[in-house]
Amino acid sequence: MATTIAKPELLVGKRLRRREDPRLITGTATYVDDMKMPGMLYATIVRSPHAAAKIRSMDISKAAQHPGVAAVFTGKDTEKVGPVPCAASLPGLRVPHHYILAPERVYFVGHPVAVVVATDRYVAKDAADLIEIDWDVTDAVADPEKAIAKGAPAVHPEWPDNKAFDYHQEGGEVDKAFAEADVIVKQRITSQRLIPTPMETRGVVAEWRAADRQLNLYSSTQIPHLMRSLVAQMLGLEENRLRVVTPEVGGAFGCKLNVYAEEALMGFVAMKLNKPIKWIESRRENFLCTIHGRGHVDFYEVAAKKDGTITGIKLLIIQDLGAYHQLLTPAIPTLSVLMMPGLYKTANVRADIIGAFTNCVPTDAYRGAGRPEATHGIERMVDILAAELKMDPAEIRLKNFIQKEDFPFPTATGLTYDTGDYSLPLKKALGIAGYEELRAEQAEKRKKGELMGIGISTYGEICAFGPSPATAAGGWESATVKIDPSGKVTVMTGASPHGQGEETTFAQIAADELGVDIDDILVLHGDTAIVQYGIGTFGSRGTAVGGTAVYFALQDLKAKIKKFGAMLLGSDDVTLSGGVVTCNKTGATKTLQEIAGATYRAMTLPANTEPGLFATHFWEPPNFTFPFGAHIVISDIDRETGEIKIRRYIAVDDCGNILNPLIVDGQVHGGVAQGLGQALWEQAVYDESGQLVTGEMTDYVLPRAHMMPWIESDHTTTPTPVNPLGVKGVGEAGTIGCSPAMVNSVVDALSPLGVRHIDMPMTPEKIWRLISAGGAKA
Amino acid sequence: MNINLKINGKTHSHDVEPRLLLIHYLREVVGLTGPHVGCETSLCGACTVELDGKAVKSCTMFAVQGDGANVTTIEGLAVDGKLHAMQEAFWNEHGAQCGFCTPGMIMASKQILDRNPHPTDEEIRQGLEGNVCRCTGYQHIVNAVRAAAKAGA
Repeated sequence: MATTIAKPELLVGKRLRRREDPRLITGTATYVDDMKMPGMLYATIVRSPHAAAKIRSMDISKAAQHPGVAAVFTGKDTEKVGPVPCAASLPGLRVPHHYILAPERVYFVGHPVAVVVATDRYVAKDAADLIEIDWDVTDAVADPEKAIAKGAPAVHPEWPDNKAFDYHQEGGEVDKAFAEADVIVKQRITSQRLIPTPMETRGVVAEWRAADRQLNLYSSTQIPHLMRSLVAQMLGLEENRLRVVTPEVGGAFGCKLNVYAEEALMGFVAMKLNKPIKWIESRRENFLCTIHGRGHVDFYEVAAKKDGTITGIKLLIIQDLGAYHQLLTPAIPTLSVLMMPGLYKTANVRADIIGAFTNCVPTDAYRGAGRPEATHGIERMVDILAAELKMDPAEIRLKNFIQKEDFPFPTATGLTYDTGDYSLPLKKALGIAGYEELRAEQAEKRKKGELMGIGISTYGEICAFGPSPATAAGGWESATVKIDPSGKVTVMTGASPHGQGEETTFAQIAADELGVDIDDILVLHGDTAIVQYGIGTFGSRGTAVGGTAVYFALQDLKAKIKKFGAMLLGSDDVTLSGGVVTCNKTGATKTLQEIAGATYRAMTLPANTEPGLFATHFWEPPNFTFPFGAHIVISDIDRETGEIKIRRYIAVDDCGNILNPLIVDGQVHGGVAQGLGQALWEQAVYDESGQLVTGEMTDYVLPRAHMMPWIESDHTTTPTPVNPLGVKGVGEAGTIGCSPAMVNSVVDALSPLGVRHIDMPMTPEKIWRLISAGGAKA
Repeated sequence: MNINLKINGKTHSHDVEPRLLLIHYLREVVGLTGPHVGCETSLCGACTVELDGKAVKSCTMFAVQGDGANVTTIEGLAVDGKLHAMQEAFWNEHGAQCGFCTPGMIMASKQILDRNPHPTDEEIRQGLEGNVCRCTGYQHIVNAVRAAAKAGA
């Protein structure tokens, strides 16, 4: 049968609206808290109100007898459950045993000590209030610099110096570079603790099917498969008896790239009580007990020649780890070290990290995870150097960039940057801004005493995590593509998206490769019983690694479609295009539907041919990808109030090829919002006794619509050779590029007052004080 | 206490504890999944519903305070399977990423246009002040509200 079928329009690169949205805009998506099961009980967790204390005694009798309470468990009951895991390893790393419920001693405010299970959440909370604990409160330390100073209270008594690790890395000839430098600039730069604050808090539903010896765990996570492996270990359960499902996930930003005490705890409770258990984290708990991000105190030194050439960088990071290592806690600052040279061609670097225990909730991956800190540091230092040498900040960057012909470029920290032309986005952004005119305007304003700032940052980042040897939990990703007898396509990805739109972008890839209608494609993820083992969505890896796995599975499947098409057409000389296999001699065709149906029916097959249309590919990336870009912020400062007005925000990002511009724009906007959040408003503040002062949304200031500038987003396109899609990743770019551009803008505005550096967040009060002091105490 | 509410056009009558929050009534008793609990302190707006035509945060109201009221949630916006113009605009303009704030954000956005059919961008942003989205940076949400206004939502 010869048919004429027009080749469908290619979808990759199109601004398509998302396929996951209908359930989200109608309120019919299923998040963990939307799940209900017959006989389900509700758990609430009793937590320490103290940052450091011993439990002298705990009386749970009143709670246990409260009407509607099914059970109360304490740390004594759960002592045999395995510890909350840390997947990162560093030489000499001290790893405290992290019980799921503290049996004797607590180390931070919010540390879980008991769980109450009852018929509904109100009753569970009533009963939790009836638990009486006699605390022996001890001294706490909540500041990383104070923690490592002599005489500080020991977070863990066995390690009185509060140091979890010392890390050292260097490349080139640092001492020589500094000895021969014309100029050395130094600055202490902090990157404050941030609270990731996804709109959906964490939550777990655990269901134990005793007769089947099967535990089903529904959790709001970025990593269902890793969670399955790790929680199975914690519970002593065979891995194939644990199914982890991620229903809809309401935002994560890294804080759900983790395995928490509560996941194993709810599994434990469900198995003990043989009932489904639901635990939903309160917002207060989310602030206190879900990981925080950043938490750096950095000491930078940059050596340079008179002409602005950067010759060496020294960096000491004091990393506030909190009381424990969560999944990746100690590894995060090592990413800062990898990224410390930024986009600059410096061969001589030296970095040291002191990992400091504090009586605070652990830090771990939060949007950018180590790279925003590094970019903020180097981009601030380049501006400080430019000011020292009276050079233009754009000019000094262009002078020090790794050049287009230098790629692939081996960095002083051991990476190989894939591709780039770093001057492209900077020049484009300068053009959009009208840089020359702005500098002229600024000069005029300065004569009148008005404070106007132009801030530039040029960032690079490490994305598409990553080659497995360099990625703690494994860096590959998997995909299965199957075609049903009716010709409909299902893609199963090991990536576990939670807002990134991969149900759309992966369907775009599959539609183009197979030549089928996108509505014939379904993308499934986030269920260990359905999806082959996978890693997850984090580190801007979803499309670059997960999408590439889909691409390669599709290539395998296409070969099989061709093979079956050839068989049905009785010719070896065939072409697959637009969902149709055509015999090149006769022009006869078989559609994908016809071929798919035939592969499942009883028929005589050639030797070594399996029935069915099914292909699985596990893709191991040969390298990371390295997106880059330039952000420019133009700000005006009110001298009277210290208020910062963002006049324009320009973001030119190069994330390689773009599969869906609408989704990429959304990622950039959201990333910038979190970058501005750090630069201007957000800060987790602990007082000296270890109480989280910013423990609610009233005190922790999140960006809101009226606080955000219009973001002028543009792109340059430098594909990566690391994957066949040429995509680099864009999930964290906005955040990484943003904060130094914002701070550089305000420092530039205040530079006539002698201000050289401002630590974040740049609150109006902080700015007002600087202006009032004439910049003297900058 | 016995309460009667009209929710998305349907009458509901239940005996509830006086302390039961409206959001928990809607979610646990009535069985809705659209309004979400985001902050429990009326700061994030994920729980926003319409009560007698006015947008309210259902996490800081008791169910008994809604007795006799007419409640519309995100589930009640589409008519006969046809999306409300604001829902359509959020879809077209990519106003949702993780989707958790979206039901409340759409209800708040609808309220902006109910009060002012032709808002400026500044007025849209001010109108969204009570709703937090952590994913989008708000730009596509502002685009959505503008597009819905243009479509005469």
